[in-house]
Amino acid sequence: MTSDTKTGMFSHKKLERNVTLLGLCALGAVAIGGIVEIAPLFWIDSTVEKVEGMRPYTPLELTGRNIYMREGCYVCHSQMIRPFRDEVERYGAYSLAAESMYDHPFQWGSKRTGPDLARVGGRYSDEWHRAHLKDPRSVVPESIMPPYAFLAGRSVKAGDMSAHLTALSRVGVPYTDEAIKAADADLMGQADPNADGAALKQRYPKAQVRDFDGNPAKVTEMDAIVAYLQMLGTLVDRQKAQAHEQPR
Amino acid sequence: MDKLLTRVGVLFVVALLAFVAMVLGVDQAFSVHMGIACVAALIAMAVSMKKFDFLTQRFPVLSGPTVASRYDDDPIRWGVIATMFWGIAGFLVGLIIALQLAFPVLNLNLEYTTFGRLRPLHTSAVIFAFGGNALIATSFYVVQRTCRARLAFPGLARFVFWGYQLFIVLAATGYLMGVTEAKEYAEPEWYVDIWLTVVWVSYLVVFVGTLVKRKEPHIYVANWFYLAFIITVAMLHLVNNLSMPVSLFGSKSYSAFAGVQDALTQWWYGHNAVGFFLTAGFLAMMYYFVPKQAERPVYSYRLSIVHFWSLIFLYIWAGPHHLHYTALPDWAQTLGMVFSIVLWMPSWGGMINGLMTLNGAWDKIRTDPIIRMMVMALAFYGMSTFEGPMLSIKAVNSLSHYTDWTIGHVHSGALGWNGMITFACLYYLFPRLWGRARMYSLRMINWHFWLSTLGIVFYASAMWVAGIMQGLMWREYGADGYLVYSFAETVAAMFPMYVIRAFGGLLYLCGALIMVYNVWMTVAGKLRDEKAMTETPHNPDADRPYVAVPAE
Repeated sequence: MTSDTKTGMFSHKKLERNVTLLGLCALGAVAIGGIVEIAPLFWIDSTVEKVEGMRPYTPLELTGRNIYMREGCYVCHSQMIRPFRDEVERYGAYSLAAESMYDHPFQWGSKRTGPDLARVGGRYSDEWHRAHLKDPRSVVPESIMPPYAFLAGRSVKAGDMSAHLTALSRVGVPYTDEAIKAADADLMGQADPNADGAALKQRYPKAQVRDFDGNPAKVTEMDAIVAYLQMLGTLVDRQKAQAHEQPR
Repeated sequence: MDKLLTRVGVLFVVALLAFVAMVLGVDQAFSVHMGIACVAALIAMAVSMKKFDFLTQRFPVLSGPTVASRYDDDPIRWGVIATMFWGIAGFLVGLIIALQLAFPVLNLNLEYTTFGRLRPLHTSAVIFAFGGNALIATSFYVVQRTCRARLAFPGLARFVFWGYQLFIVLAATGYLMGVTEAKEYAEPEWYVDIWLTVVWVSYLVVFVGTLVKRKEPHIYVANWFYLAFIITVAMLHLVNNLSMPVSLFGSKSYSAFAGVQDALTQWWYGHNAVGFFLTAGFLAMMYYFVPKQAERPVYSYRLSIVHFWSLIFLYIWAGPHHLHYTALPDWAQTLGMVFSIVLWMPSWGGMINGLMTLNGAWDKIRTDPIIRMMVMALAFYGMSTFEGPMLSIKAVNSLSHYTDWTIGHVHSGALGWNGMITFACLYYLFPRLWGRARMYSLRMINWHFWLSTLGIVFYASAMWVAGIMQGLMWREYGADGYLVYSFAETVAAMFPMYVIRAFGGLLYLCGALIMVYNVWMTVAGKLRDEKAMTETPHNPDADRPYVAVPAE
């Protein structure tokens, strides 16, 4: 290799002989793309459209979402419906950016070994979800999903739910002080068939309050994951958000 | 002695802090991890107190002939062994999860062995454990040779090696226990991320320190790529893993970003983990080991300058192609697509520079199985860097996204390019690091080459068929205007492809196991008595001038 390549004023030789210069130029070259592409997403208002109905997760839904992450559900299920005829017919209206505005982290996924779950809420009964999670092939013979029977036996621990909500509020999720204070009670209350849930529903509109796991005696991880699955895609009324034909 | 006392003291404090954190841990996984950290610090302390290199004293074979080598090669010897070890582990887990997709009963009905927990274990094991150890070991080897200087900060270099292994152990055990940030290829939780940051900065210090004390005026091209890889990975890791822990004594944290911003940050990271970890770093390996093995200079100096700067500048922009037709703004998607297509050129610049280095030595493909592996690696690099830009075109992506085509694409790059070039470099390094004449058996390298190549062909073609079939079945409409297939039917249709894919993976693993045996015997100092790789028999009848015979 020779090193006498010269282009006008500048010689690459300078860079090859100076570690600092080489390192700084490399850092500069790799920093630009990210700055130009990512930074504007934080200040261009139209990036996340304004829609009605979005609210932070209830403590029980959040616990379910954490189980969803813990079990790596995102490696096989997407939560992002693309604007194609077949996807909209198969899974429901295409996903909006606003629908994941409180998702720390996002769970859009990259692979559909199983179907998209962005709007799975309300499509199946709680009983179907329980049977499916315990033994997927009992309800879908072709399924290759692993069984998650252990969720039904494991109690959800209350106690540090306020800390979870506080951490989320620190990164921008609008939990009120009242919601943070009531977090542990809300966690248990949402799966209690005898609770009236009025306060919870006021804090979290459209929250579904019932016993999700078929075992009213205790609140299990099955309660949490089913509560999460049953609320996915139910917050925003996509009929309303859709463009309508002009009346003639 | 003072230095030793300080070190032992610091390690003791670290062990104590880890123990306290273990006791205070709010969840079991965090306590287990702090226990591991505590034990690691205690072992390091005990080793320091004995004031000798435990491993090299206990197993003299690991230190090789120190007299013959002028360079600091101990961490490299450990590194190449670690690369082999994590490689086998990663391939094995890959085979298991491939079989789980065909035969779900293999999830074993245990929470620790479900596909969801094993898949991050597989990806991290092959990318960060196998690939990462290969990169650290080869970079330490190459930077010393091309700078004609010993490693700067030898103690820190050893910390980089052991610290990185601790990172791997914490990440891997975390996945099995369900500790994850749930962002692909960035799954380790906040405290493991902080640990990796410490290790990575030390790595940068050792690498740059060695460059600074070089005895050669020029910094060799391989080192540009290593430097860019180390700096960029640091940047990506720091930004994408910003998160808010729930408790300082618990494993759980929440990402600093949400939704669409989090998505693009993640794929900016994810795509450039490919671009810098698996491309720039491995190109650095290519730029040193291919010319060495071929005994030819790099084809074009000018091309290496042009393709280096264009590659690192362009790669960063390509992230949004992972988010086509999602809720990411259209301008970002289109920008990502355009840059991904432009990226095709610098990628092929690297391939051309590598392949053309063989000018005048092409006959070695016939005689030298290591060169054969390098050429195949570059061919797969070229193929997957063509496939990548093609898949990033929005129209193609609308079919391929969410399907197994992506998985096939990744593996033709990972198995073909990263795997093959790593194997070739290891075959180059093992005899040299242990002062042997050559590898134990060249014929076994040839077997490894063919098993790997066949494995990749089975793997990639099965996934192409699976992916395109999936994509077409999902969007298939009947004459009645309804979707033809339920989702479950498309899952059932994948079965034969998943079996063929697992078979391809099995072949690849078998090749790697042959390598383990070959390496083991080489380190043990044995040479296999075998027939030479090629024989061109002499034919005395043909060895004469042509004499025209007149027609009768």
